[in-house]
Amino acid sequence: MMVTAFLASILFVLGPGATGASAQGEGLQGTLINNNQPVAGVSIKVSTQDGQLVGQTKSGPDGKWSVAVPKAGTYKVDLDVATLPQGVVLLNNRPSLTLQVFAGSMRTALFPLGTRAAGQKPAEDTSPGTFARVLDLTYTGIHIGLIIALAALGLSLIFGTMGLTNFAHGELITFGAMMAFIFNVYLGLPVLAAGVIAVVLGAVFGWVQDRFFWGWLRQRRAGLIGMMIISIGLALSLRYITLYWFRGETRQYSQYVAQPGWDLGLIVVAPKNLAMDLIAIVVLVAVSLALVMTRLGKATRAVSTNPALAAASGINVDRIIRLVWTIGGALAALSGVMLGVFQGVNYQMGFQILLLVFAAVTLGGLGTAFGALLGSLVIGLATQVSTLWIPTELKNVGALAVLIVVILVRPQGILGRRERIG
Amino acid sequence: MRDEATTSGAESAHARATAALRDVPREPGVAKPDPILVADNVVRSFGGLTAVNVKHVEIQRGAITALIGPNGAGKTTFFNLLTGFDKPDEGQWTFNGDPVQGVPPHKVARRGMVRTFQLTKVLSRLSVIDNMRLGAVGQKGERFWRALVPSGWRRQENEITERADELLARFKLDAKREDFAGSLSGGQRKLLEMARALMVQPDMVMLDEPMAGVNPALTQSLLGHVKALREDGMTVLFVEHDMDMVRDISDWAIVMAQGEIIAEGAPEDVMADPRVIDAYLGAHHDGAPAPAATGAQGPGAPADDEPKAGPAGRE
Amino acid sequence: MNWDVIFSVSLESLVGATTVVYALAAIGLNVHFGYAGLLNFGQSAFLGVAAYGMAMTVTTFDQPFWLGLLVGLGATVVLALLLGIPTLRLRADYLAIVTIAAAEIVRLLFRSVTLSKWTGGSDGLQAFSQSFYALNPYSSGISTRLISFSARELWVITVGWVLVVVALLVVWLLMNSPWGRVVKAIREDEDAVRSLGKNVFAYKMQALILGGVLGSLGGYVFALSLAAIQPDTYGTEFTFYMYTIVILGGAARVLGPVVGSMIFWLLLTFINALLPALVSAGVIPTSIMTTNQAGAVGYILVGIGLVLLLIFRPQGIFGDRKEVMLDAR
Repeated sequence: MMVTAFLASILFVLGPGATGASAQGEGLQGTLINNNQPVAGVSIKVSTQDGQLVGQTKSGPDGKWSVAVPKAGTYKVDLDVATLPQGVVLLNNRPSLTLQVFAGSMRTALFPLGTRAAGQKPAEDTSPGTFARVLDLTYTGIHIGLIIALAALGLSLIFGTMGLTNFAHGELITFGAMMAFIFNVYLGLPVLAAGVIAVVLGAVFGWVQDRFFWGWLRQRRAGLIGMMIISIGLALSLRYITLYWFRGETRQYSQYVAQPGWDLGLIVVAPKNLAMDLIAIVVLVAVSLALVMTRLGKATRAVSTNPALAAASGINVDRIIRLVWTIGGALAALSGVMLGVFQGVNYQMGFQILLLVFAAVTLGGLGTAFGALLGSLVIGLATQVSTLWIPTELKNVGALAVLIVVILVRPQGILGRRERIG
Repeated sequence: MRDEATTSGAESAHARATAALRDVPREPGVAKPDPILVADNVVRSFGGLTAVNVKHVEIQRGAITALIGPNGAGKTTFFNLLTGFDKPDEGQWTFNGDPVQGVPPHKVARRGMVRTFQLTKVLSRLSVIDNMRLGAVGQKGERFWRALVPSGWRRQENEITERADELLARFKLDAKREDFAGSLSGGQRKLLEMARALMVQPDMVMLDEPMAGVNPALTQSLLGHVKALREDGMTVLFVEHDMDMVRDISDWAIVMAQGEIIAEGAPEDVMADPRVIDAYLGAHHDGAPAPAATGAQGPGAPADDEPKAGPAGRE
Repeated sequence: MNWDVIFSVSLESLVGATTVVYALAAIGLNVHFGYAGLLNFGQSAFLGVAAYGMAMTVTTFDQPFWLGLLVGLGATVVLALLLGIPTLRLRADYLAIVTIAAAEIVRLLFRSVTLSKWTGGSDGLQAFSQSFYALNPYSSGISTRLISFSARELWVITVGWVLVVVALLVVWLLMNSPWGRVVKAIREDEDAVRSLGKNVFAYKMQALILGGVLGSLGGYVFALSLAAIQPDTYGTEFTFYMYTIVILGGAARVLGPVVGSMIFWLLLTFINALLPALVSAGVIPTSIMTTNQAGAVGYILVGIGLVLLLIFRPQGIFGDRKEVMLDAR
């Protein structure tokens, strides 16, 4: 979101009429952009350091504003947040800047705008008592780990059977959350029913993707690297199509939003999370058992291990891959619904968690289904438990650092095999 | 001038090799009068399967040695280990007297041991002449900072190109000089890979199934080139299945089966050796311990219950 | 509808700072991906690290500008080493995942409150560009009906394009030398190159550093053109645009990245200027598209464009179909 705002602001700052007031005087100026569109009518005030008002203005229809100052020096620039349009917020929460204006030049003040912050839940309250906190973080870690695991399983199987590193997997997650949102908020169904429908639609979407797109590319013998970059392009389009239809704000389902938690003695857990955990565990166990015990499951594992050998043994590799996409789509959709219940629905949600999903899959061993599950738990726990030592804002850094260390020490991942890596 | 040298030279390099090996006992792991490569206790397992288990082997300098054996005997794996493309579980070997186990493959090549690959690795999107130029060692222009100043490497590049063109002419690939290597036929690629290996000016050339996939018409030409390598003073070790080729050009043959060396000797001796025949045909002898089970034997070889005349069983 | 504004913005984007930034970044990425076959998905981190290195040296530590430039370059080299040493021995996908992870770590570190004392946190840094603009020889900008640039912008654009030319020269020299031949061969088949006695790891590392340094020049231009740096711009979408540009122009072609960048930004700027104007003018009814939604269309088109490009013309504008690596693997 901020990327968008910023890239756009480059275009506009360097665009026509460049630096606004072209007379070489001193002053402060800026352009207010939200999501590539100028934001007009926002009130900006400039005062000296001791609070004396120097000038005041409103941003114009092109989002630009400027205030001249009498001489070079340090000034305070305040953006009146109350004059921001509905749903637009100051992303960095700093409406007041102190800037230095140099002789003979205009100083640009940056107020990054966006729609309400995407994705991240507000930081958990640190409860007193370290042990209780550790338990709390452990629980959250497992919960996130399960959400990641649902997506990681599909991703790992797709990689194993096709060799594709699917950067568009995050959009399957978002798709599930969005579909549930449509059926829940627009069509009025209870979240549970909407979730089930979303999972079914996710399976269909996965099937459709392979039937009409990836299967076609496989037939054309597209190379793996080409397909990987194609998946990036696909992810970009899907993400912004979602933005187009659902806008940029984080929205919530109609139920379970602010559910009070059950006090389980040492930790407080909202029942919605426990319910989702149960569902996730049941689904993961079911899929795992299917992989191990059914013929189709064994065929899938065979293809995932060695597609050429599996094909030579008479397994219809294409059918297996289609099955993997269908199941993968369903699992990712479920992951999306869970994530939506946990922290709200937003067009970037899948993309933001995708990196953790990749970390989980790589950590566990690219192409191994059980490795993906193990890796997901590790990553989930790493992101949460690491906050005991590093600041919450850097919790993803902890998980990614774990990933990098594992790749250094054991590149094939925990359960992967050596031959696949070099 | 080259023809005269060839006639008398052909005699002498071949004759020298034969003479040196004439009195060497026909036993696996036997010492050679002037070994260029000596390997000891090389073991490589994959999971539960031992792919290579060579107690001792020596390769005679200046001779053409064939490494033969049924599929799955471990020949290519052994190649990979010797040239640094794979790591053994244990073992050491020396090349020209220097230990080279654990040395990375590019350094092994620089020391003079160059290999070709079973599935040819010509660089398809480079031209034939560029493939050749790549083979030369010690190129100043390959160093990052030097490369920025063309005048620093231009002359060497011209010399390399000349040498490359000579080799291409010798291998009859000069007409294809500017084409992408990917456009060559299978046999031409084998030739290119061999020619490229020669650009390195190695002491020892290791050819992994040089005749595989080559049409019979081209085979004679390839055989001639391999013999010419011996004339140029190089040692050749090659893996092959084609017995005629082995008989035709090799001075010495080493037979591997199930990862071990089971026989060594001049080609005629080795091919009459019952141990070798067993290895290829998979027969069992009464009273002999059954070989460790696996598909290393020929497909569907039935256990032979009838007593056989001749030496009983294998070691 | 103000066609003048739409056309002038689009034309200016052909030579503007953004195009230069992406051209430099793409030239570097072309060395990685086009020539050497390295899947570096963290190129944005190279730009970020260079820009922050420079800005922090000047703003936080109050050192001279030229020292800032050196620090930035040094930081780029260090990043390349940190990324390369563990991953260059592994398969391509691993490098992709690790570089994405590393770029994300870098971005998170830059925007963190914890380090904001030095990095400026999510506000970023300003006030590092005075020495640069002090050197500006232009006393006034140019202002024609269609194109106008201020004096400051002209300076940035001039310096930027000079850097582009230098970068192109370096790439051309190297790729037509024996060094370049080895690198291109490594892209094809590493084992073959090893069997000929070349240290594949060393060449890959050199390519990684070279591409990173060329990209870092883009980071400098980016920061100086805005007179500010902000952590969130150095994210994965930055890198994905670069890939689109490299592939559009033709991977492993010297001029590919530059022409790719010019065409990319011309089209994107035009669409981003045209669509909102059409909506405001009522040509596109707001039931189909509001001005807010118009912003997303550009990105949708980039994504679809990349997919179509890879499927139907992977060699891009200048590439040779036979040479394209994207198909063959």
